[in-house]
Amino acid sequence: MREISYRDALREALVEEMRRDKSVFLLGEDIGRYWEGAFKVTKGLAEEFGEERVRDTPISESAIIGTAVGAAITGMRPVAEIMFGDLTTLAMDQIANQAAKIRYMFGGQAKVPLVIRTPFGGGVNIAAHHSQSLEAWFMHVPGLLVAAPSAPYDAKGLLKAAIRSDDPVMFCEHKLLYSVEGPVPEEDFTIPFGVAEIKNEGEDVTVVATLFMVVKALEAAKTLKKEGISVEVVDPRTLVPLDKEAIVKSVKKTGRLVIVSEDCKTAGVTAEIAAMVAEEAIDYLDAPIKRVAEPDTPIPFSPPLEKHVLPDEKSIIKAVREIA
Amino acid sequence: MNKDRLIWMYKKMLEIRLFEEKVFELYGQNLVPGTIHLYAGEEAVAVGVCANLRKDDYIVSTHRGHGHCLAKGARLDKTMAEILGKRTGYCKGKGGSMHIADFSVGMLGATAVVGAGIPIAAGAGLSIKLRGTEQVTACFFGDGASNQGTFHEGVNMAAIWKLPVLFVCENNLYAMGTRQNRVMLAESIATRASAYGIPGVSVDGTDVLRVYEAARAAVQRARRGEGPTLIECRTYRHMGHSRIDPATYRPREEVEEWLRRDPIQRLRRGLIEGGHLSDAEVQVLERAVAKNVESAVEFAMESPYPSSEEALDDLYA
Repeated sequence: MREISYRDALREALVEEMRRDKSVFLLGEDIGRYWEGAFKVTKGLAEEFGEERVRDTPISESAIIGTAVGAAITGMRPVAEIMFGDLTTLAMDQIANQAAKIRYMFGGQAKVPLVIRTPFGGGVNIAAHHSQSLEAWFMHVPGLLVAAPSAPYDAKGLLKAAIRSDDPVMFCEHKLLYSVEGPVPEEDFTIPFGVAEIKNEGEDVTVVATLFMVVKALEAAKTLKKEGISVEVVDPRTLVPLDKEAIVKSVKKTGRLVIVSEDCKTAGVTAEIAAMVAEEAIDYLDAPIKRVAEPDTPIPFSPPLEKHVLPDEKSIIKAVREIA
Repeated sequence: MNKDRLIWMYKKMLEIRLFEEKVFELYGQNLVPGTIHLYAGEEAVAVGVCANLRKDDYIVSTHRGHGHCLAKGARLDKTMAEILGKRTGYCKGKGGSMHIADFSVGMLGATAVVGAGIPIAAGAGLSIKLRGTEQVTACFFGDGASNQGTFHEGVNMAAIWKLPVLFVCENNLYAMGTRQNRVMLAESIATRASAYGIPGVSVDGTDVLRVYEAARAAVQRARRGEGPTLIECRTYRHMGHSRIDPATYRPREEVEEWLRRDPIQRLRRGLIEGGHLSDAEVQVLERAVAKNVESAVEFAMESPYPSSEEALDDLYA
């Protein structure tokens, strides 16, 4: 199978869905022909689909999501790009109070087929306002689906599924994944939400990881294999719905669990998964659950500082060794 | 203006007034859960605007939304049932007074976050533009909402994209207890339109004919693809902000002056003096409206509450 980057996989998903369905359109800051997206995901799209369907917006995050919500409840399928995940905070009312609640609050009268694409994550030295991982915020809001693809294949399949969903999707990307390459079929395919993938089969320890941390967990697994520790890497791929069954099944097999996520440790992705496993499979655990996460700090700028707070291969290896 | 439209407007305004009086009465009997924000006094705004709209046009509403719903054509009974938290309500009891929606008549719902509906209305306008229909969207909001960032962002977005939207500001002078002149220096909210390069007009919101005319011009402009208009309707709520509010922060003379300008009495006088309806005809119409409101109350009262498991319906994530 041909290999393409995560960025190109996302673009391919957008192009295919826009060709397939006229109600799909894109809006966001600098996504059009003059800049083509801060991370170039929308490169070439304005040329093919025109400025009506690939809309540059003012710097107005709240109105970007608000207009997307209004368009979604009246027959369109908007895909909004928020340039950095940190900036979703500016649109939080529209995301959490409007998009997420409309279907339920209006008794099922409306659907909100809206996708919000945004990159999270650190590692590129752009400090506290452009490096956070806020996926858990959205997991906490009933009414939002949350996708978090770690590989080009997943990025394409999940984005296509997200665009076809009748409910709002927070589509979490990661800055350091855009250039990562991997096999992606050229044909039309979707990946259902709520289905995890075992990225590496193993026997001794389960490592549940998301987004860029999947890449790091796979590197850690390779290193640990040389030491004779067999690591199973489980990528939930979507955080809402969460494939509890796949995680629990792996835990039952290995009896040991490390959860890795780049977001803050407190009330974060790792906390939710740990609580779920404690509820559903605690009797199968042969060791305490270990969590590898950001230690509840703003993301610092200076490279040695940022490196210190972000989870990486080393911190994953350390956690696995402690319970293996 | 033609007689049928005038009569429709009178009937609608009266319907809203009597409906709100009923809600107030039921609230006093502990039959309405939560709180209520009544539209009494502001009827000319919703009715004057909606008289220009087609069924497939959209409106976006607020926490003070009962009047918007009824003016756009929502049913009295299902609206009342929703306010009472009944299963037969528009939102099956999930929304209540502050979140009524009726998508079947283009009523896209009431949001209770002040100003949040403004970009949503712009989005409905964008959808119209992309689908290439001749619909328009009317967005109702208050003077308080015009101080939200969403007002700036949403009106600007609609302006630059020439979206078919009417931004209808119901300036009732008070955002809860805060008088307009304490929180903005501009005397007229309509002047804010110039910041976005769109027309802004300020009309007497107690005169349904003035509201109707301003909205008609704005709807025509929107349908021609020329973009949005900001219409400030100067109005007054006859009651407090919400049920618990005695509104003592409003000077008595001010309240009395605005009560004298009651929009319904004003139109009633116009209808009779203009020879459109006789006294007797007006009374027949009024009895009919009262009866409709009464049946809506009966329907709502007799309707069952949702069963507790229905709290888990319409979930997906």
